[in-house]
Order: sequence, then structure tokens, then C-alpha cells
Amino acid sequence: TGHYDRAWCVAWNPSGTLLASASGDKAVRVWGLEGDKWVCKAILEGAHQRTVRSVAWSPCGRFIATGSFDSTACVWVRKEGDYECIATLEGHENEVKAVAWAPSGHLLATCSRDKSVWVWEVEDEGEEYECVAVMQEHTQDVKHVTWHPTLEMLVSSSYDNTLKVYKEEADDWGCVATLEGHTSTVWASAFSCDGSMLASAGDDNTVRIWERGPDVQAGLAFWRGAQPGAWACSCTLSGQHARTVYSVAWSPSNLLASASADDCLRVFKEDPENSKPGERSFSLVASMPKAHTQDVNCVAWNPKTDGLLASCSDDGTVKLWRCVEQQ
Amino acid sequence: MSKQLDNAAPVVYSSSKEREYDPHAEDDEYADEIDQREIFDLIRNINDPEHPLTLEQLNVAQEAHIDVDDKNNYVKVRFTPTIPHCSMATLIGLSIRVRLLRALPSRFKVDVQVREGTHASEQAVNKQLSDKERVAAALENSHLLEVVNQCLSSKA
Repeated sequence: TGHYDRAWCVAWNPSGTLLASASGDKAVRVWGLEGDKWVCKAILEGAHQRTVRSVAWSPCGRFIATGSFDSTACVWVRKEGDYECIATLEGHENEVKAVAWAPSGHLLATCSRDKSVWVWEVEDEGEEYECVAVMQEHTQDVKHVTWHPTLEMLVSSSYDNTLKVYKEEADDWGCVATLEGHTSTVWASAFSCDGSMLASAGDDNTVRIWERGPDVQAGLAFWRGAQPGAWACSCTLSGQHARTVYSVAWSPSNLLASASADDCLRVFKEDPENSKPGERSFSLVASMPKAHTQDVNCVAWNPKTDGLLASCSDDGTVKLWRCVEQQ
Repeated sequence: MSKQLDNAAPVVYSSSKEREYDPHAEDDEYADEIDQREIFDLIRNINDPEHPLTLEQLNVAQEAHIDVDDKNNYVKVRFTPTIPHCSMATLIGLSIRVRLLRALPSRFKVDVQVREGTHASEQAVNKQLSDKERVAAALENSHLLEVVNQCLSSKA
């Protein structure tokens, strides 16, 4: 009942009871507990002609969005225990790399190798999707999109080595910041649960932490001359992974997990004694060498059960981990 | 295709001899490590996309430019395009990558790169070859896959 090809992406539903995984086998599998065993409860297939690269649950938990190399995104709804594709979002010129629901559930973002990021408005109780913005800010592939947990703010990661931040201003979506620092492709990013920090995963084998300075510069010397409200990198975690970092995720208790092509999972925690806004310090609290037998492509923390981590890999498996801090 | 060749008259090099017979080869108990020569044997007969010649005959693939660390499951292949503006460099790199992907145990991490200083767009080509998502997408493109398979097919 497992995947027949590499697993690219895992995502928990908002209540933390179901896990979806997307794969090169063109399908998404939904996993849930039966007794004390995780089993495949449903397979979402037939809608995508090529690899399903990403999967995301709507904040209400009723819908699943998928993005595929076939250049479309699909929205699925649960009907009588099974999932049915109710909308196909067409417009991207080639591979859709990621999909992400805004926390309000009213917007959906997609990105593609065609260098663009699209924002779709959710209409008719999730049955209709209208494109409200196309942002062509990156000069290369857009690998990933993610939303801020409380603000209507979107972040994209790209093959052009940058991240870009978008907001809607005066009815128009636009880029408000470009985050430069990674020396190769940025594969993904994730906001901490309170939205104060953004972590990014890079082909330069690093994880970086970014944050916005206060809107008013209240004598904060640490901001290294940055403009008030400007974004800056406040921490670079290097030397932790030997190959590309593909994914990062924050737990509800602010544990930061990273997944890499070195087959390892790592978990970091902020060091309160040596850390302050603008200059963060993180230490390694857990490490899973050879977590998988091949590249680890994605990590996701369960939103309800603290310390429960899902990962997936080129080896085709999806694994669950209970993270215990090293003393 | 009436397209002009990038390099109409490439220098042709002689092929290496077959590997010497290893008396341990048929002993199942003998731990046969993957070495430089084995990787070279996997890639030397790949066909060049524009000439009826192999990567070995064009010196694009050379045994000396292969690094193998069997214990740490690592293989690095550096190849040399025949000319610095070779538009086929990415396709050649992709063919090498696909051959190794199909032939090597999955425990291996493989890097395929243009040898330093041998191509005008060295970094761009290397970045593209190391992006597994682009490689995966390329291999789902039936036209491109056919071209790669032609490079990988052995001539009778």
C-alpha cells in the first residue's frame, strides 16, 4: 500500500489525525491510525498525468490541494471516505512545484518552473478558483511557496538563490522584500508558529533564519544598519548537513526540523541565553542519521501531538518519528 | 535535423582495453567494491548526442576524472565537453546521471559535473545537473527521455 516511486512531500491535516504524502507515482496517499497502526486510508489518483510534487490541506481540513509536474494544481474534497477531484487549476506553463493555502482558507498559492507565483481566490465554498494575481519576480524556477500563519503574507523560494515576500497592498499583490544570502537554490521555507521567524532550506547545505526588524527603530543596534521593518538573516546553520537541505518545519513548541539529501533529519532549538531578535542562536537537540536510505525530501510536524514528526524520501517511504531531546 | 554541429570535426581518441579478469569475480563471498574503473565502464560507451562516437572516444569521459568512495557511498564524475560552448553539455551530463542512476545501488550519492574550466557556462550546467527535481521532470518528458535513451543504447 506504499508509494511506487519517490515520495516528495508530506502534510498533516489541521487536526493532526491524517497525513498526506505526494509521490512520483502520480498519486497522493492519505494515512491514518487504525488501532495503533498507521495505514493507507485513501489514494488520490487519476487526476494528475505526472509526478505529484506537493500536497497541502486546507485550514478547514475538508480540501486537499495538489501540485504536479503536469503543470496543473488540483483540489480534492472528501466524499464518503474517498477523495474526489473537484477543481483543476490551469495556467502555469510547466511543472507546478508547490501549493499552499492561506491561513484564512480564502486564498491558495501555486508556483512553477515558469518562474511565476499565482494567487487564487477560493469561491463557491471551495468549488471554484479564480486567479487574482500572477507575480513574475523570480528570474528562475520557483520551488516553493508558504504563507505567514496570521498575516496575509506569502513567501516564495527559488532556483535564483533568493526568497521573495509578497503582500496585497491597495488591491494589488506585489513583492515587498527579496531575501538574499543563500549561495544556491532555495528549496523551501517555513514560518515559526507565531510568525516571528522564517526558516529557509538551501542547496548550499545551510538552513537560514530570517526576520523582520521592528517597524520603528527603537535604538536596536543589532539591526546592523537595516531599515526599520526590513528583513535580515539572523542566523545561518551551516555544517549540519553534508548535502542539499530540501525542507524545514517548525513544531508548535518551536522545534526546527530539517531534511536533507544526506539522508539525515536534524532538529534545532533556539538557545535562549545566546539569542535575541536579529541575532539568533540555535543548537542541535536531536539528530537522525540515516533516517532514510536515500534523500529526505520533506518534513512536517504534527500540529497537535508535540514532537511527532513525519518525513518522506526518495526511498519511497513515509516515516513517523517521535522526537526526544538529547540532554 | 539539418542543424549545424557544434563541433564538426572532433578529435577521436582510442578506446581502453577491456578490464582484466578478476579471479574473485565469481566468488559470491568476495566483497566486490565499486571502483573507478567500474564507473568508467558504465559511462564510457554512452553515445555522444551529435557524433557516432562514444564519450570515451571523444575524451569526454576519462577514468582519471572519476572519484569513488565506496565506503561512504559516493561517486563523482567530471566530464569534459569537446568545446567550451558545447550546447550538448547538459544532455551529456544528464545521460551520465541517468546511466548511473539505473546501474548503481540506490545507496550511492552521485554528483555529475563539467570539469573545471572546460565549459563557458560551467556553473549553470552544474547547477542544472545537480537539481534532482529538474532531472526528474526531464525524465518524465517522453521526447527528452527518448534522446537520453538513444545516448545510452549500445551499438551492436
